[in-house]
Amino acid sequence: MEYYLQLVINGLVVGSIYSLVALGFVIIYKATKVVNFAQGELVMVGAYICFSLTVQAHLPFLVSFLMTLAFSVVLGMAIERLVLRPLIGEPIISVIMVTIGLSSVLKSLVQMFWGTQIQVFPEVLPHEPFVILGLPVAPVYLAAFVLSLALFLIFSAFFKFSSIGIAMRATAYDQMAAASMGIGIKNIFALSWCIAAVVSSIGGVILGNINGINSQLGHLGLKVFPAVILGGLDSLLGAALGGLVIGVLENVCEGLAKDLLGLGGFREVAAFVILVVILMVKPYGFFGTKEIERV
Amino acid sequence: MSTCGLFFTSYRAEDAVFPSRFQKLCVAAFILALAACPLFLNTYHLSILNLMGIAVIAAVSLNLLTGVCGQISLGHGAFLGVGAYAAALAVNSGAPFLLALLAGGGAAAVVGMIFGLPSLRLKGIYLAIATLAAQLILEYLFLHWEAVTGGLAGVAVPSPVILGFEFVGDERMFYLIMTVAALCTLAVTNLMRTRPGRAFVAIRDYYLSAEIVGVNLFAYKLRAFGVSSFLAGIAGGLWGHYTMYITPEQFGIGQSISFLAMIIIGGLGSVQGAVFGAVFITLLPEVLSASAGGLSSVFPDMATYFLAMKEGIFGLTLVLFLIFEPEGLAHRWRLVKAYWKLYPFAH
Repeated sequence: MEYYLQLVINGLVVGSIYSLVALGFVIIYKATKVVNFAQGELVMVGAYICFSLTVQAHLPFLVSFLMTLAFSVVLGMAIERLVLRPLIGEPIISVIMVTIGLSSVLKSLVQMFWGTQIQVFPEVLPHEPFVILGLPVAPVYLAAFVLSLALFLIFSAFFKFSSIGIAMRATAYDQMAAASMGIGIKNIFALSWCIAAVVSSIGGVILGNINGINSQLGHLGLKVFPAVILGGLDSLLGAALGGLVIGVLENVCEGLAKDLLGLGGFREVAAFVILVVILMVKPYGFFGTKEIERV
Repeated sequence: MSTCGLFFTSYRAEDAVFPSRFQKLCVAAFILALAACPLFLNTYHLSILNLMGIAVIAAVSLNLLTGVCGQISLGHGAFLGVGAYAAALAVNSGAPFLLALLAGGGAAAVVGMIFGLPSLRLKGIYLAIATLAAQLILEYLFLHWEAVTGGLAGVAVPSPVILGFEFVGDERMFYLIMTVAALCTLAVTNLMRTRPGRAFVAIRDYYLSAEIVGVNLFAYKLRAFGVSSFLAGIAGGLWGHYTMYITPEQFGIGQSISFLAMIIIGGLGSVQGAVFGAVFITLLPEVLSASAGGLSSVFPDMATYFLAMKEGIFGLTLVLFLIFEPEGLAHRWRLVKAYWKLYPFAH
């Protein structure tokens, strides 16, 4: 039983990172209807920038963290302006493929600059574990969880109360109406990419602190899909909960598959089996907007 | 080249695959030139042509599903794998090659149709994500269903034998692969001008209108998945018999993405485009490694960067095509033909 409790806690930690990445994904999808297959690579680039500022340029961690965020803003803006804007109004497959192409480019840039070996972040947080429910939990795990929760609350408040957040919601709801009310649609698109890049790079830095980073980090981006489909493609709350649920479920499934069936490595695919089931039963997820079509 | 004097007096004539005698001559000349290739090319170049032939089958089949019927599939690489493993299993348990190839196609068709089932309810992005899940689940099966797939170690496949004639080596495989590729391309071209083909196009253009004019959406979408994965399975069976050894990583998500890149770069919905795209994407890494070899005398570090650059240049090509030539190589080809048709007296 304790084994499963440990699995659940691990799942919550991994899940909170999925939530962060899913948050970025949903923000882009909500505002621009672009499905971003390069979300995992944004995580990876953020992690590597922070790594190289801290370890290779010997800056204090906090400074390099803030510089990473600034870099992410620029990166998000550049991607939106150079790659996505020319494709406004193109069919969905073109948009999917352009983000896939983008992910290849980002991955290859990371490999060219930093190679493919695992790089280890310096210890930022103390090593001494906390004890929760009789189980030891590393501080960095706790930090990951708290930070994801905080970011989710901040963005929820941002979308609910700030005028920019309301403008972004209006754009997501009806671009034509938003534009005629004087909202700069293009700025909103750029902003949503910036926010997504920033959130992802925070996820990357946390992940780097837990596991170290390598050039395969981008695979994380694929795990976003089960999370966002479970929660609903355009719901922030759904992304946050979906990430946590998928994180826990895949860990527990891994444990169950190992105990009952003797299958190894089921973690990699469990989330996608769940995904297929959700798509069959409830394609718009728990909190997503149902698309109703009238002729 | 169809000239200004070409006009039709019946729909049948206009609908022909090769409407003019000149086109027939061009195709005949192309086939002759292709058949003569083994006389001039060395084994290395022939092996590239062989890979190209297999890629052509895969791209043409994906184009039928995604370009013509509008159902996005991110799982085509895995469908190819199903065909490869099924064909290997059949051959290794004693079936003749042609039967095994068909069995591979059949197995892939069944799997493709199972994963195509959600397409009744799901569209666009949701379907793309469902097929992505199919890709990853199948990849897991290839790796872990060791009784059939041999797991990480893979399966050995013998050379194909038809009526006692053994296709050993690149030269003999070349004729086999090119024949199958030509047959598949011809089959898809013909399919596109039949009733099901037009139904596919109707579904792609607007599914609601298609349903209103009497196209059974579910049946036709399922058929598109079936035919497309059948051809993918054939390509997979050929691939297995050509490389003679199959392992799970040959059918990964990267493979699926490169097939999608082929039909995008070639031009969605056009058979000719899929062929162009397959040729382009197969040639791209070869041209890159040739130029990297040339540059390594100038920049000695070239080889270390090369592996990373290969994927980056692939991605960059894809992005640039989508931004600057969204209709693909097939469109560019039509423009070139139109220019030369009237040269030098353009009006």
